[in-house]
Amino acid sequence: MLTCKDFLAELSDFLDEKTDAELRAKLERHIAECPNCWVICDTTRKTISVYKGMKCYPIPDEVHSRLLAAVERKMEAKKAAGKA
Amino acid sequence: MATESVPIAAPFELSPEAKEELELVNRAREGDATAFSTLLNRYEGKIFRLAMNITQNREDAEDVLQEAFLKAYEHLDQFQGNSKFYTWIVRIAVNQALMKLRKRKTDRSVSLDEQIDTGEDTVVREIASWDPDPEQQFSQDELHTILQEAVDELAPIYRAVFVLRDVDGLSTEETAEALGLSIPAVKSRLLRARLQLREKLTRFFKRKGDNAFAYM
Ligand SMILES: [Zn+2]
Repeated sequence: MLTCKDFLAELSDFLDEKTDAELRAKLERHIAECPNCWVICDTTRKTISVYKGMKCYPIPDEVHSRLLAAVERKMEAKKAAGKA
Repeated sequence: MATESVPIAAPFELSPEAKEELELVNRAREGDATAFSTLLNRYEGKIFRLAMNITQNREDAEDVLQEAFLKAYEHLDQFQGNSKFYTWIVRIAVNQALMKLRKRKTDRSVSLDEQIDTGEDTVVREIASWDPDPEQQFSQDELHTILQEAVDELAPIYRAVFVLRDVDGLSTEETAEALGLSIPAVKSRLLRARLQLREKLTRFFKRKGDNAFAYM
C-alpha cells in the first residue's frame, strides 16, 4: 500500500503521464481512497493548466529596439572584420 | 580572411519546424541578417520573460537579453543541430542571468545546483478544494498578476525549471539540457515548484467557505 509521501513523490510523473501502468494503477487506487491526496492531485493539475495558458506579454518596444540596435552593431562589426 | 562556415547537415528525424529553424541558423551563419532577425523576433519575448523571472530586475533582464543574443550571434558556429535553437540560447541566457545574480549578491554564490531544503513536511500544508474553474473569477490582468507574483516568490532554482518546463512547455530532457542540470534534479525541482505554487494559488482559488487545513 502506498503512503501519502510515496504518492507525492510520484505526483509530477503521474500528472505528466510518465509512470508505467502498474505504478499508475497503484497511484489511482491511492487517490480513490485518500481525499487529501485527491485534492492535492486535482489542484496541482489545475495549477499546471493555468500556467500553461499564461500569456507571454510582448517585450516593451524600447527593449526590442535597443536589442535590435545592439545586434545590428555587432553584425556591422563582424562584416567589417570579415572584409579587412 | 573569414572562416568558411559549413552548413549543419540535418539529422533524419528532424521535425519540419526543426528543419526550418536549422535552415535559419545556417543562413544567419552565412551572414543573412534577416534570418537572425527572424530568430530574434521569435524568441526575444520568452528570453526576456525568463531573464525577468531569474533576475527579478528589469534592467538586469534587459542586459541578459542583449548579452544572450549577442553571444548567440557571435558563437553561431558552435550551435549543434541536435538541439533546438531555443534550448541553446536559453542556456546562454541562464548563465548570463546567474552571473547577474552573483554580482548582486557578492556575499554568496548563486547556482541552479544549490542544495535545497528537503524537509518533506513543509511542502503541503493547506489542502482545500478549488472552484471548478477558479481562473474564470479573475480578469486576464488580475490572473496574470496572481500567477506572476506566485512564481516570483519561488527560489530562483525552482523558477527557472518551472518556467521552462510548465510555462514554455519544454520537455524534462530539454529543460535539463538548457539549465545544465541532471534529469532527476529537474524532476525534483519541478515537483517542489508545482507544489509550492499550488499552495500559493490555493489562497485565491479555494472554494468559498472551504477552510479545511490538514497537515501531513
Ligand atoms: Zn494520501
